[in-house]
This record gives sequence, structure tokens and C-alpha cells, in this order.
Amino acid sequence: MRNQFLTRVTVAAIATCVATAVALVTAQTGGYRAPRGPDGKPNLNGIWQAINSANYDIEAHSAAPSPVLELGASGAVPAGLGVVEGGTLPYTPEALKKRNENRANRLKLDPEVKCYLPGVPRATYMPFPFQIIQSQKHIMLIHEYAGAVRTIYMADQTEAPADSWMGWSNGRWEGESLVVDTKGFNDSSWFDRSGNFHSDALHVVERITARSADTLNYEVTVEDPKVFTRPWKMSMPLYRRVEPNAQILEFRCVEFVEDLLYGHLKKPPSQ
Amino acid sequence: MLLPATGAAQIAAPLARPAPAPKTAPTSGKPYTPPKTPDGQPDLQGFWTNSTYVPLERPQGVTKEVYTPAEAEAAMKAAAAREAEQTEPGTTADVHYDFTQFGLDRSQSTVAQSLRTSLIVDPPDGKIPALNAQGQKRAAERAAARKTAGGPYDSVQNMPIGSRCIIMGGSGPPMMNAGYNANYQIVQSPGYVMILTEMIHDVRIIPLDNRPQPASGLRQWVGVSRGHWEGNTLVVETTNFNGKNAFRGGSENMKVTERFTRVADDMIDYKFTIDDPATWDKTWSAQAPLAKTEGPIFEFACHETNYGIANILAGARAEDKQKADPAKKGSN
Repeated sequence: MRNQFLTRVTVAAIATCVATAVALVTAQTGGYRAPRGPDGKPNLNGIWQAINSANYDIEAHSAAPSPVLELGASGAVPAGLGVVEGGTLPYTPEALKKRNENRANRLKLDPEVKCYLPGVPRATYMPFPFQIIQSQKHIMLIHEYAGAVRTIYMADQTEAPADSWMGWSNGRWEGESLVVDTKGFNDSSWFDRSGNFHSDALHVVERITARSADTLNYEVTVEDPKVFTRPWKMSMPLYRRVEPNAQILEFRCVEFVEDLLYGHLKKPPSQ
Repeated sequence: MLLPATGAAQIAAPLARPAPAPKTAPTSGKPYTPPKTPDGQPDLQGFWTNSTYVPLERPQGVTKEVYTPAEAEAAMKAAAAREAEQTEPGTTADVHYDFTQFGLDRSQSTVAQSLRTSLIVDPPDGKIPALNAQGQKRAAERAAARKTAGGPYDSVQNMPIGSRCIIMGGSGPPMMNAGYNANYQIVQSPGYVMILTEMIHDVRIIPLDNRPQPASGLRQWVGVSRGHWEGNTLVVETTNFNGKNAFRGGSENMKVTERFTRVADDMIDYKFTIDDPATWDKTWSAQAPLAKTEGPIFEFACHETNYGIANILAGARAEDKQKADPAKKGSN
């Protein structure tokens, strides 16, 4: 008799816990549960792309003229509601000065102009697709822009052995979400074209969660005590490139910037 | 005596470390069955190297296809000695850093073992076939264009493509030994095989769904690859090259067919065939094993810190100034 009573109480308790957990998941992703891949994990394989103006400026911003006159409207900046939660980045006063200097000199200083690796999370919202190739030990993010590559170690995890542009990423599953913890950045990439920047103390945690068959939720927590007064978050959806035969193509932009970088060192034509 | 290991441990280099002994492919008995990925593909995943001392073409004066182990060891030792000479302090070739200090010499890393005298297996003489008339014409045109472009340091565009950090030989296809740091990572997911070449963080994502090649208007440095499995062999066909980095004088219409077969836990047999009627009247093929090596792959941010190009060009311009006005000393 006592056992039956305990069993009923236990079952009821478990049911309540499950109901709460489901309610939390429902709140975040509308209850969507991604199909599992052959590895038993949520299947995030595919070609994805952000559709927003975050690469121009991750904070809210108005439309603006092109920094290059000849491009006219083609080079102009579209408006954006911003992807930073709370609206404004929490810079320290010195860092804010540096951001504004960056912005004023962005044609000379923006690493994107020079075809440098975009860093994280900027790589995710460059206006180019990226592909997720998911295996048990490694989840690869392959970006069309500059052929940037990120390896997410799901096993054999270590600290970053050296600093790098794209950081060193260790990943784990938390229910439906892939959580990626990245450190080991250098200080050379920007967050956007508007001069928003970081130091080599940058620490990024991304949560990638399927929200429907063809969309992902992408949530990022950024921490950098040398630049910001507190951690801050950004979030955006990512959209699957559904056209048949979608593929990552080459954007090998080094060739496109050589005259910009080295043209002044060209041998002048002889008289 | 060639050690069962790569043989590298035999070569005198103070920092040489013995690499794991590769197993040779079984020649008799039960054929090797590779493990499978969760979605049922033969598993090629892991870290691999095609570092080798075997040249693409059979050396002059060598007529046989395969060395004896003693001959192979001698050939490898000679090649390693030539590499070591180059970094001898005080020599003109000892430019900026000593590869052996950073463990980058071929003799200090895993070498994919082979007794072959050439990577080329067809034609049987181990040499690239002669260029046909079209191929010769193109070679002449390219030589003329190089002359018009001027000296090797007149502009960045005159410098080698690898120095410019655009693409290096390890990417291919076909994937050739890069000379050092010849590392690859293969990762598979349903419907795809991904090959990451460490230098220069170059990724080929090969779809396995028999989709067509793109129209000819789309061309790439690495071409566009399509793959399918034939039993345990991954067959990858690549076309749509842009012709700017054509392999051994080939044309932009080259078709490269690669075959990857895992023949042991620590070895992938890699074979490639070049089919380019605009350059050669027959196809030709080469075979080079990929040996298991230690990971991880590190980021190779070549262009981002390519001070070499800027410094070389600036030095060349300073030399030009000096030649133009030898009386003037100093920079600018």
C-alpha cells in the first residue's frame, strides 16, 4: 500500500518537473524540437545566414550615406533596430572614445575592408552564408566570407593553445541548444563596420537552438572586462538557405584588396 | 635499415621526434573494413598529413617504380639533408627563421611512408606527359605575360600566389604536399565530406547528392567538387577551375578526379587523375598516401599578418631608388 502511494507521489512530482521544463522550452522556442541526426543530437546541419543590418552596426542606427562617394546608394548604410539587448553597448569611458575614433576612421581601420578574418560573433552575421557540418567530435562552421573556419570541439577539449582571429571554441549540448564557449581571441577583429571592438580578453558564449525546421535562434553573451563594464547580450534569428543545391561558394577576397594594401609599393612605370 | 616508423627518426636532426609507426595496408588476407560514420559513410574522419619525400615525377636517372627500403631511406636522407642545409646559419638561404626550431621540417613531423620513386603512377615512366600543341601555346602565352608583367618584385601581383596568401598547394585539388605543415582534417556529416587544409584554412565541402556542376560562369580557385561513394572509395570530381593557379600548366577546363580509400586505421590511400584535353592528350594519375597525424589544426591567418609582402616590395623599391641614384644613401 505504502509503495503504491509513494509511486503515485513520485510520478506526480516527476510530471510537474517535466511540465515546468517543457514550459521553459516552450517559452524560448515555441516548443519546437529539432529532428535528431544519426548522432542522436539536434540536427543543426545546413547552410544558414543572418538577414539584418548587424554587420553595419550592432546598435540601433539610422540609414546613412555611403563612406565612398562613387558608390552612391549602393554603398549607403541601411537602418537597423539593433541586435544588442538593452540598446547601448556598455563601454568604459576610455573604450567609448576608442570606439568613436574607430568609427571616424573606419575605412582605414575596419578589418573587413582588408579582407581580414571577421572574428566572433561578426562572422555569423556577415552578409554571407555559412555551413554547419556536425559530427560527434567536431562541429565545423564554414563561412563563405574569406573562407573563415571555426572548429567547435565537442570532445578532446582543451584551453586555447594560442590566440587567434576566430578564437578557440569548446561546445556542449544543453537540451535543444548547442552552447559554444569561445576564448583565445586576439584583439584585431571588430563587431561591425561601425568601430565596435574588443580586446584580447574577449569571451563569447553562443547558444544555437532550432526554432523551426528552417530557422535557428542565435543568442550571444559577450564579456570583455578590458572594454565593457559588464557582459552584454545580442540575439537574432538565422535562416536556412533552402534553395536546391545551395552551397558555400568562394569569397577569396585577398586578391580584391591587394592594390588597396600594396598598391603604393608598386614599381612606377618607367619613363 | 628503414625503421617501421616513418624513417624520420633515423635522420639526424636534434629535434627529431619519432612519429607513430604507420601500419602498412594489408596485402593478403581479410581486406580492411573501415568503421562507419553514424549515417553510414565509410569513416575518413580525423587528422591526416600528405607530407612526403617522394617527388611528383621520377628523378632523372631513376628507372624503376619502387625503391628498396635501403634506397628509399637514402633518398629520404638526402632530401632531408638538403632541407637542413638551407637553414644552416650563415648561408644565403637562411633567411628569417629556422624551420627545425619550430618543428616544421618534414623530418620532424609525421611523414606518409612510401617506397615509390614518384607519386605519378600513370604513365608508367613516372613523368607528366608532354604538353600537346594547345598546352604548349598556353605555356608560351603565360611566359610572355610574365615577361610583360616585369620583375618578380615589381608588384604584389607578380609574386607567388602562396606568398600572397591567396591559396597554397596543399589545397588543390589535387592535394599536394605543402612542404611543411601539410595537415588536413576530415569531418563528415550526412550528405557531406569536409576537407580542411591547414594552410590556408581552406575548406572543400563536398556534397554527395549527385547535384550537377554549376554553369561555366562560376569558377573558383579550388574548382567546384562533387562526390559520391563507390563501395568504400570516395570519388570526388572537380571542375569549374578559374585557371589562375592551374596545376602543372593545365587549363581552366581541367577535370580532377580524386579517390579516397581508408586502407588502415592510420592510412587513407589517395589517388588523383588529371583529365585536361586542352593540355595533355592523355590523362595522368598519381597516388600518395595520407597518414594519420596528431591534431589539432591551428588557425593559419596568413594574409592578416603578411608583413612579408609589404617588406619585400618596400625593399625592392628602396633598391630601385638606390640604383637610380647611387650617390644618395638612406631610405626614401
